[in-house]
Amino acid sequence: MVPIAITVNGKLRKAHVEPRTLLVHFLREHLNLTGTHVGCDTSQCGACTVLVDGRSAKSCTLFAVQADGSEVTTVEGLAPEGQLHPVQQGFWEEHGLQCGYCTPGMIMSAVNLLKDNPAPSESQIREGIAGNLCRCTGYQHIVTAIQHAARHSGKAAR
Amino acid sequence: MIPVAFEYQRATSVDDAIAKLAASGGGKFIAGGHSLVPLMKLRLSEPAQLIDIARIPGLSGIRASGGRIAIGATTTHYEIAASPLLRDQCPMMAEAATEIGDPQVRNRGTIGGSIAHADPAADFPAVVLALDADIVLKGPTGARTVKASAFFRGFYDVDLGAGELITAIQFAPVKSAGYAKLRQRASHYAVVGVAAALEVSGGVIRSARVGLTGATTHAVRLTSLEAALAGKRADAVAAACAGAANDVADVNADLHASADYRKAMIPVFARRAVERALAR
Repeated sequence: MVPIAITVNGKLRKAHVEPRTLLVHFLREHLNLTGTHVGCDTSQCGACTVLVDGRSAKSCTLFAVQADGSEVTTVEGLAPEGQLHPVQQGFWEEHGLQCGYCTPGMIMSAVNLLKDNPAPSESQIREGIAGNLCRCTGYQHIVTAIQHAARHSGKAAR
Repeated sequence: MIPVAFEYQRATSVDDAIAKLAASGGGKFIAGGHSLVPLMKLRLSEPAQLIDIARIPGLSGIRASGGRIAIGATTTHYEIAASPLLRDQCPMMAEAATEIGDPQVRNRGTIGGSIAHADPAADFPAVVLALDADIVLKGPTGARTVKASAFFRGFYDVDLGAGELITAIQFAPVKSAGYAKLRQRASHYAVVGVAAALEVSGGVIRSARVGLTGATTHAVRLTSLEAALAGKRADAVAAACAGAANDVADVNADLHASADYRKAMIPVFARRAVERALAR
């Protein structure tokens, strides 16, 4: 077991973990932050996407020890309790989901995209979520949700 | 999926990393981990120890000096794709980085890792071949430099000794260079990827270097295509590229593409890469 200290959603979380503990398991099982999902567990589907030091990463393909000293943002940390981040609001307004399993990862990828490019074209949005698979929606409502978020982000965008 | 247990250490310098690996007995370096971690989860790789080089100061970054560019081994694909220096002086490098995997992969994966791992369908091997890049290595017995053309030797086989670490990729930037690939739709790996770097004057290709990935056990130079392109103008590129696959033997076949299909795509993507290079 090795000691780690990771700032998760603004709060410093210290723990002792086995080096082989994946970041996604640390978040879900040690911190009970179950908003981050395990989908394929093979680095493909993006359901486990979080921000590590401000950039999107697949937390199933990262050991928690690699994130020691980093800042991690999960879907739970995007907006204060009771409020929605503009991207979450976009998914709400445009119904950017069906079963919802991919949604937290989609949202985190969209946050990463809008940080780099606050006014993306439709094709740039599709490239921006290329690392996230959705088996329900056909993606169209996800794209319009992110377009909604881009229009309404303004100062609230992170 | 849970890998076999291992010990984990962070290296504070290149020398520290080399010393830690030498002392580990069966250890491996890890940077972005986007090739290694999936292999460990599938238990295809079971290192007893991981030496994390991702945060070694000075091992990442893109620097220009004396007409050459050096990319530190732990520079991420995202940093390469976003680099104003590369976009200006060697746009093919940034272009190829943009086409690797997906945003999350590009945020974590590193150029040194990609080249050391040498996946037969990885993008950067073709690019560093076309740029005639130097792969800079350091190990227990000191530093050395290997030409990209000598570095890739076979199926996941590179000229990297036990305990050696890639520290940088160095090359003379080429503006007239392009990368074109047929990407596997889910993984975005190259089914066929071609990188072409040209020396052009007065509308004539004076010389060309072309790297091919995805089609064979390891990335290779297409030397007969290089010879065929020399002295050609834009209107003769298509004819020169038609024979691009002629001297490519033992073409890969898998569920994504048959050998015949890959072979048919080599001239197509060679032509696109060369035309992209000429347009710059």
